[in-house]
Amino acid sequence: MNRFAALLDRLAYEPRRNGKIRLIADYFRHTPDPERGWALAALTGALSFRNAKPGLIRQLIGERTDPVLFALSYDYVGDLSETVALMWPAPHGLNDTEPPPLSAIVHALTHMGRAEMPAVLASLLDRLDETGRWALLKLITGGLRIGVSARLAKTAVAALGEHAPDAIELVWPGLTPPYAELFAWAEGRGPKPETEDPAPFRPVMLSHPLEEADVAKLDPADFRAEWKWDGIRVQAARAAGPDGRHVTRLYSRTGEDISGAFPDLAEALAFDGVVDGELLILREGRVQSFNVLQQRLNRKAVTPKMLLEFPAHIRGYDLLIEAGEDVRDLPFEARRARLEALISAHPAQGRLDLSPLVPFPTWDALAAARADPAAHGAGEDAEAVEGVMLKRADSLYLPGRPKGPWWKWKRDPHSVDAVLMYAQRGHGKRSSYYSDYTFGVWTEAGELVPVGKAYFGFTDAELIEIDRFVRRHTVNRFGPVREVVHTPTEGLVLEVAFEGLARSTRHRSGLAMRFPRIARLRWDKPPAEADRLETLEAMIEAGLRRGTAA
Amino acid sequence: MRPEELLHTTPQGLYSPAGDFFIDPTRPVARALITHGHSDHARAGHGRVLATQQTLDIMAIRYGEAFAGTTQAADYGARIEVNGVGVTFHPAGHILGSAQIALEWRGCTIVASGDYKPGTDPTALPFAPVPCHVFISEATFGLPVFRHPAPAVEIGKLMDSLALFPERAHLVGAYALGKAQRVMALLRAAGHDRPILLHGAMEKLTAYYRTQGIDLGETRPARDATPAERAGAVVLCPPGALTDVWSRRFPDPVTAFASGWMRIRARARQNGVELPLILSDHADWDELQVAIRATGCEELWVTHGQEDALVHWATQEGLRARPLHMVGYGEEEGESAAPAPPAPEAPPTPEVAP
Repeated sequence: MNRFAALLDRLAYEPRRNGKIRLIADYFRHTPDPERGWALAALTGALSFRNAKPGLIRQLIGERTDPVLFALSYDYVGDLSETVALMWPAPHGLNDTEPPPLSAIVHALTHMGRAEMPAVLASLLDRLDETGRWALLKLITGGLRIGVSARLAKTAVAALGEHAPDAIELVWPGLTPPYAELFAWAEGRGPKPETEDPAPFRPVMLSHPLEEADVAKLDPADFRAEWKWDGIRVQAARAAGPDGRHVTRLYSRTGEDISGAFPDLAEALAFDGVVDGELLILREGRVQSFNVLQQRLNRKAVTPKMLLEFPAHIRGYDLLIEAGEDVRDLPFEARRARLEALISAHPAQGRLDLSPLVPFPTWDALAAARADPAAHGAGEDAEAVEGVMLKRADSLYLPGRPKGPWWKWKRDPHSVDAVLMYAQRGHGKRSSYYSDYTFGVWTEAGELVPVGKAYFGFTDAELIEIDRFVRRHTVNRFGPVREVVHTPTEGLVLEVAFEGLARSTRHRSGLAMRFPRIARLRWDKPPAEADRLETLEAMIEAGLRRGTAA
Repeated sequence: MRPEELLHTTPQGLYSPAGDFFIDPTRPVARALITHGHSDHARAGHGRVLATQQTLDIMAIRYGEAFAGTTQAADYGARIEVNGVGVTFHPAGHILGSAQIALEWRGCTIVASGDYKPGTDPTALPFAPVPCHVFISEATFGLPVFRHPAPAVEIGKLMDSLALFPERAHLVGAYALGKAQRVMALLRAAGHDRPILLHGAMEKLTAYYRTQGIDLGETRPARDATPAERAGAVVLCPPGALTDVWSRRFPDPVTAFASGWMRIRARARQNGVELPLILSDHADWDELQVAIRATGCEELWVTHGQEDALVHWATQEGLRARPLHMVGYGEEEGESAAPAPPAPEAPPTPEVAP
């Protein structure tokens, strides 16, 4: 465990991507199986311990420390694992003994029952030093947050030998820890691992945001455009298993199996292959807003009523596999033609359809379509259009986010000027900064009412400015939250950009903002000139009208 | 009598109505008693200043000889009468010349400890607990997550890194007064015998430490060092210089920072530190408790830092304890690893009525 903890500790402070890859590869090179395999599982987020959860950590520390001091410490450090690792009152002398290896820790955490777990975990924490405790707790809470993505860890595996990182990605699905056969292959000592899952996840192709400046350099004739739907990007995989029965799986774009949450959809699909698309809620053929999809996502249990009220649907973008044939190395246009045929042959009781192409002779024409999707083919579904996707007609389906073949061009966001009312210290890297902002707009009665909360969008330099403002203009403190001055003449106006507005009974303002972020600091603007609640309500009305009138 | 008649807070800092003087005032006053030379405690422009000779010397180095109207040196342990209040300076263990100031008046003793640390430090006289009725403590590291490791362990990390990357310069951010000299002394104790390169801001103070009999080995100005001398050298600079254009003269350096704040990962990362060294000149959580108990005080006033936690602990211990909500402290050398604390002039300071 010491070596793995030391690796995590060094990774946490190593800013350079190449430095991280070298550190991980060096660890893999000098650590035997199965230890390194469990480390790879940890780095790729493949470990999950059913009976060891953050709640248990809170319980154990709660039994050992003063609750007030723990709360103050946690608020200050901003990270549960780190707080507990530092505060843990380890008995003297015990951590002189050799700490258990990572494989033994993983084994214990995996196989111990709920009843034994508290004692097992406490004994492990007693036997580790601060760094070891921190690493162990990071494993349990599942978020290492050391700036290492699964992709980076796999790149480090690739660095052990001659294979490209994408080659590792392609064999990855279906492999299980401790990955001995993967290491053997990566080091040129063994055969390529075969996947046994009939419907595994394939790495998804992602796009880069298009900047206005990029447009001039691109030739419209090279590209195809389609709507970018505001749902959840999914991969639907369906294939026959060894017993001849079909297996259907829905994956999120990160490869998480979400089939269980959408049984209605999984049961309806009838094709044989892998389709890349957007998961949406359709009612009477009309795409619902993301807010509606969110309501289904928020429910824990899948009930017949929910299935009826929130019917799930896939709008197909692309085809990766058809009847066992990998088509990812065909150009987009060829894949698209096969996707059209596949969907028309297997409409899945109307739950699978094709995302239409948006014809455009010039960039200006596409800009017009993006600005007003309703008038350019999206019709009544226009409210669920986030923007347009641009795909080179000759683009292959590549894993990851290659620059050039695919671009996303989002619609311009809405924005309002709001007044900063409360600020809360952030977590993790921002634990010493007031970085979460609650902002409000004026009511007719001349009061500020909170309309949302944002914690990004600003630059590091702006964060420091806001933090200073908060500290100097605090009028009230509530634990980690500070109320800052917000009168018509004194206060900070924030230009807040957001993607959507909806009515909400949970907020005092009666509104909920989707994806709010700080677009600009308006030091120049007196708070009295910030927007009014009527303005936001008018935006909702306008949005509703736009949806129904088209 | 109430202790507040002897000492209470004002917007300028701690004030003694009985003795008509301030302790570590943040703005120019007629008469100031200064605990130590860090710029958040020792400011220029007071009428009369009473401090240890070393603190007076340090203030003269930083602000020029005319930093105050008149000065008076206080010897450790020697009682001085100031307008009828008995004033005694005692070692605080924080940096060279640092002192706790004990005030006695009408049978009441208050100790204003300034910044202090009970741990060992070859560059400062050791902290000595002073029995008192009211102890005034800072709480910079007043949370149970702050337990400073042994200094030798932390300096060992720097020694290991020097062995691992012998071709890279190791830039160590450290406060120019106190921390920098302590790091040098620790490196020498760990057997590091190469010349240590210094940022310009450290030279005068380091030379002054030498005149006080503290051996720091050979040091050279970093600006004069050849590329060969920079390779694998320890270079001490103020924390702000780590991210300054100044640091660009060192190709591919290892960036270290010696501070108690390095205990918190987010703090180290915010500063872009690759080699955090947890070295503090302030008492950690356990040391605060030991120091406070050792004074036998009945009442604890907490000046700055993590007041809430320390006050909570003291209350559990049966002490009367309260935070003073003092602003303008804790920004040692103006380049603390913590985010900028509120400026002294900004928010209204809660004033304790006498």
